[in-house]
Amino acid sequence: MPTITLKPYKTPELMLECYNITPDVFAGKKPEEIAELEIREGKTRVKLGDFFEASGSSGMTAAETDIHIAGDCTRVKYIGNKMTAGSITVDGNADMYVGGWMKGGKIHVKGNVHSFCGIAMEGGEILVDGNAENYVGCAYRGDWRGMRGGTIRIKGNAGNDIGTFMLGGTIIIENNAFIHVSTHAEGGTVIIKGDVQGRVGGQMVKGDIYVFGNIQYMLPGFKQVDKVEKEVDGEKATFLHYIGDLGERHPKSKGKEIYANLYVKA
Amino acid sequence: MAELLVKGGFVIDPTRRIDGDVMDVAIKDGKIVEKVGPGAKVIDAKGKVVMAGGVDVHAHVAGPKVNVGRLFRPEDKLFKSPNAQKNYRMEMGFSIPSTFKTGYDYARMGYSFVMEAAMPPLHSPHVHEEIHDTPIIDEAALPVFANNWFVLEYLKNGEIENSAAYVAWLITATKGYGIKLVNPGGTAAWAWGLNCLTLQDPVPYFDITPAEIITGLIKTNEYLGLPHSMHIHQNNLGNPGNYEVTLESLKLAEGYKAKNKFGREQVMHSTHIQFHSYGGDGWANFESKAKEVMDYVNTQKNITVDLGCVTLDETTTMTADGPFEHHLNGLNHLKWANVDVELETAAGVVPYVYDKDIKVCGIQWAIGLELGLYAKDPMRTFITTDHPNAGPFTRYPRIIKWLMSKKAREATLDTFKHKDKVIDATNIHGIDTERTLYEIAQMTRAGPAKALGFSRMFGGLAPGMDADVAVFDLNYKSMPSDPEKIEQAFQRASWFIKSGEIVVKNGDIASHGNKRTIWVNAKVKENPQVMRDIHEKFLKDYTVGILNYPVHDYLAPHPLVIDVDVEA
Repeated sequence: MPTITLKPYKTPELMLECYNITPDVFAGKKPEEIAELEIREGKTRVKLGDFFEASGSSGMTAAETDIHIAGDCTRVKYIGNKMTAGSITVDGNADMYVGGWMKGGKIHVKGNVHSFCGIAMEGGEILVDGNAENYVGCAYRGDWRGMRGGTIRIKGNAGNDIGTFMLGGTIIIENNAFIHVSTHAEGGTVIIKGDVQGRVGGQMVKGDIYVFGNIQYMLPGFKQVDKVEKEVDGEKATFLHYIGDLGERHPKSKGKEIYANLYVKA
Repeated sequence: MAELLVKGGFVIDPTRRIDGDVMDVAIKDGKIVEKVGPGAKVIDAKGKVVMAGGVDVHAHVAGPKVNVGRLFRPEDKLFKSPNAQKNYRMEMGFSIPSTFKTGYDYARMGYSFVMEAAMPPLHSPHVHEEIHDTPIIDEAALPVFANNWFVLEYLKNGEIENSAAYVAWLITATKGYGIKLVNPGGTAAWAWGLNCLTLQDPVPYFDITPAEIITGLIKTNEYLGLPHSMHIHQNNLGNPGNYEVTLESLKLAEGYKAKNKFGREQVMHSTHIQFHSYGGDGWANFESKAKEVMDYVNTQKNITVDLGCVTLDETTTMTADGPFEHHLNGLNHLKWANVDVELETAAGVVPYVYDKDIKVCGIQWAIGLELGLYAKDPMRTFITTDHPNAGPFTRYPRIIKWLMSKKAREATLDTFKHKDKVIDATNIHGIDTERTLYEIAQMTRAGPAKALGFSRMFGGLAPGMDADVAVFDLNYKSMPSDPEKIEQAFQRASWFIKSGEIVVKNGDIASHGNKRTIWVNAKVKENPQVMRDIHEKFLKDYTVGILNYPVHDYLAPHPLVIDVDVEA
């Protein structure tokens, strides 16, 4: 696949807002044109070329375009914003909003990501080798329409507010998470392979949560109904099955109330 | 101030029965004049339509509930807030735009005035701060009265004179404009967790009915001779089958005659009538009763209405009808904010998505337009969206398009998932009426200006009136066959001159203009009983002192005061 390589050569004084680093924008452009794209450093309009050296070639469409950021993006926000296809690889860390409002394609961050990774995501795939800060796959502030589809896999730890207002898709945290998982969710699946401190599924209407480790403080709105064996993300285990959040409204289907499911490894 | 000459446009001015004549409009010192000197700056309006500035009779554009909407809906700004422009302020939001965007958007559409439709008296300083912060357009605000403890007590005892003295005191203290009723009695009942869904439901504790409040405030209004009539958001808003209550309330105006010096003829303005023209006894057989309601309105010269058209957008509902917002939240399960305003009113805010693929939303859309098309007197029927309740005010051009073009209505109907069901429940498909530009000028300019009692200033282009002149890129002699062009023309005026100053050029803001706050200074004969009641209630019931209550002059630094003196 034709690859555009961006090599960071200057550390910005303020955070860079790079809404333009997506295969959709890069497709059909030459490296010289890509260097001319507008980004913002704080509120100041600057060019991508002021901070990155662009080389290689892009495909005709987003799906045929690969972006390789050969360096650290600790101060670069909005990588892959609203992307629909293609792929992005970041060799180091990335700042906030990686893959925000993403509809398709693939993003691989080899380091850590900051908050809001996969915010309001609709499709595609995000893979983070390191840790994520807060708000993985959450909704935009105030919005009741969170993540609808796609997959986010964080190989390390994640912070708080994972999958807030989630409607669909899958979030996998391979290590530990802090607090607030699937708050207000009405669908989707969150899998946590490690421990969670608490507030799991608060005001959750529908959807599934799997916790392989320990929940330190269980919410009182969840009730154990069963013990089940399930294969989750390639691992077979026995889980205690809870339903909830009993303090929240629940829709009815065929006369029966539908609850959110919380499975905790027995 | 410089002289201007808007030259050679197709002038449409219903106040002088001018319909598309090619004329010049001369402007000097902020007023329209007979003619100007040869040195006047010429604005070429050749091949374009020239109208007076628009007058919006009802929108929620300033004050605490608008701000609650802004605060609790950050998502309303997401991807809808262009970056800062060179010379002008940042613009934010869609259904609850920032104050600057509000002023800019109205100006771009060639509007010169907007009425903030519900001012909680206790929070009137906030309302005025926001009004002052909104550039270009002139604004006024209607304080709400229909759930106010003083009013309920005076009207219960049939004391119209006392009610009038209190209303006059409050309008003047809050720099308000007239008498607004929101769910008469129902909002007061909400403090007990109840509502008044019919005109006979007694208000708890006060033991007065909505019907008594409505007639009492019509009488109060005519006793005072205010520029505007009483302005009512009726009981039982938004519920299937509510058209019967609507007709019953409208009939309460029968027999009353407007008494005022401002050229107003109506005694009742019934707002966002779309929300009150529903048939059926549930959402399953929900249907339009637009014809029944409009047939009655057509026969009654002392009633004006505004449409409250549903625009099929994602928006934010906000009203002093507290119980209704609670009910709405139970239907859509989104966010809900609710507040009580001590002794006076309440308010609620809930986001709402009018989805074209939901049958009920499609029917609501049709009802708003049917009302606009059935109206026999466009001078008494005004275009609104009850902004932001049925849609944002920035959709007025789209409503104009729908009213002016059957083709545009059919095109929208064709996008509905439940097109056939919407057609079955409404009459929109069978209506061939297409409104003319003259009628649109009546419904957006001359009509509302007359109903608000300032037709000597706004709504027309006669010499002596305020120089608010909008030029739209539409050829009167050959209207575009593509209705989208109508919407585009009204969305961004080619020119808009406000108070004699060019504020919009080619659809872009050119100046922050000279914004004014219009308020009514109502004087009545000294009424010791009412003054004693007011002081007593402030000592006993209010949590604020009376000296901290009124809106001080510095909050409305550019006032245009209309004096009303009952004695004079």
